[in-house]
Amino acid sequence: MSGRVFNLEMDGRSSMNENESAAQFEQEILPHLDAAYNLARWLTGNDHDAQDVVQEASLRAFKFFGGFRGGSSRSWLLTIVRNTFYTWLGQNRPHELSEQSTEELHSVEDPSANPYTLIARNASVEAVREAIEQLPVEFREIIVLRELESCSYKEIAAVTGVPIGTVMSRLARARKQLQEILNLESGERP
Amino acid sequence: MNCEDTQKLLAAYSDGELDLTRTLEIEEHLEICESCREAVEGLSALKKAIWGGAPYYKAPVELRQRVIASLPRSVPAEPKSHFWQMGGWGAGLAMAACLSIGLFLGALVYRPHQLRKEVVSELTSSHIRSLLATHLMDVVSTDQHTVKPWFDGKIDFAPPVQDLSRNGFPLIGGRLDYIHGRTVAVLIYQARKHIINLFIWPSTGNEAETSSPTSQQGYNLVHWRKSGMTFWAVSDLNTKELKEFSQAVESEPSTGGTGRQ
Repeated sequence: MSGRVFNLEMDGRSSMNENESAAQFEQEILPHLDAAYNLARWLTGNDHDAQDVVQEASLRAFKFFGGFRGGSSRSWLLTIVRNTFYTWLGQNRPHELSEQSTEELHSVEDPSANPYTLIARNASVEAVREAIEQLPVEFREIIVLRELESCSYKEIAAVTGVPIGTVMSRLARARKQLQEILNLESGERP
Repeated sequence: MNCEDTQKLLAAYSDGELDLTRTLEIEEHLEICESCREAVEGLSALKKAIWGGAPYYKAPVELRQRVIASLPRSVPAEPKSHFWQMGGWGAGLAMAACLSIGLFLGALVYRPHQLRKEVVSELTSSHIRSLLATHLMDVVSTDQHTVKPWFDGKIDFAPPVQDLSRNGFPLIGGRLDYIHGRTVAVLIYQARKHIINLFIWPSTGNEAETSSPTSQQGYNLVHWRKSGMTFWAVSDLNTKELKEFSQAVESEPSTGGTGRQ
């Protein structure tokens, strides 16, 4: 406690609040560091850039922690990670940012067709990983949030900033494309 | 519920996002409709394949440590308590004892070469500790106008503080440290993944003039003096880039306590 007295003499107030804030942050937000890194790793495609993004996102998260009003701390952190990633993408790989998923613009859904086969059942670990890596970034992020993070549609809508209807249609297209890649991959096997 | 409606809601059903009523309606339909059942199984197989096949990447240990280390911690009550806690200060204790008895050891210590060796050693230890323990920064800010005034009242000098983002070395915070008998200011910069600790204290005139870069335990150190201050940059960053960092620091005009930009 003598540390606190020292801070009061020196600083008035801010150090003490900062420390409490840091402790709270560590307790509430840091448990989701794996989720943050997993998302950043899938989005950036490599460890180095993922660490940069998470580091930056964590600093911003702490800075904004005062504005966190409860609710899902995981979604809150993932939102910051995702936004940090897209800022980073614009600075480091601007050409990727302009790759709109033309799926959304041109695809016509045929509700009677069954897009899913059972090929996926036998897909190898490598095939699955490579298939996800091939997806356009907006499809990849929704697959990661849904299938690896088990986020609800509502959480995905919050993190990605789109309406739930868009989440559902984007998820359907992402899964369809994944299925097609896996079908293709298995078809090439002797 | 018919096939057309079911197909539209299949994914939501499979993802557990439907209300109870519609969930039950779909399950009733699935009992009698093989093609819809196949669709559900196919989607289920895909989801299982993703969950089972796609790696879930966990945060590496060094990332976790860096994030924790970047959170602010309280300044030690007195620099002396910091002093006593460090294992590497045993030699310092012995020196103090000898000085009070006689001066012959003191004469040895204050030869410039010996002094410099000890300072290098302490700087390296401090750098390593700052990375491992939860005490990298006392003030976390990329804004030099926040970091610089933070030192007011805590130390008996005003360290020059500049953000060097446009040179590729963003400022990320500051802290106090204790090197060879005095409290020093430390500014923390980042170059990609590498942390640079920039130690600053007023020159006493005893130190060696600016000398060539050195290294210890795999860490690189660059040293210079300017405007009455001694600077030591310590990092695992390579020497070439660390020298670029030192040049970037050196070439910035002193803020002199007035606002810039």
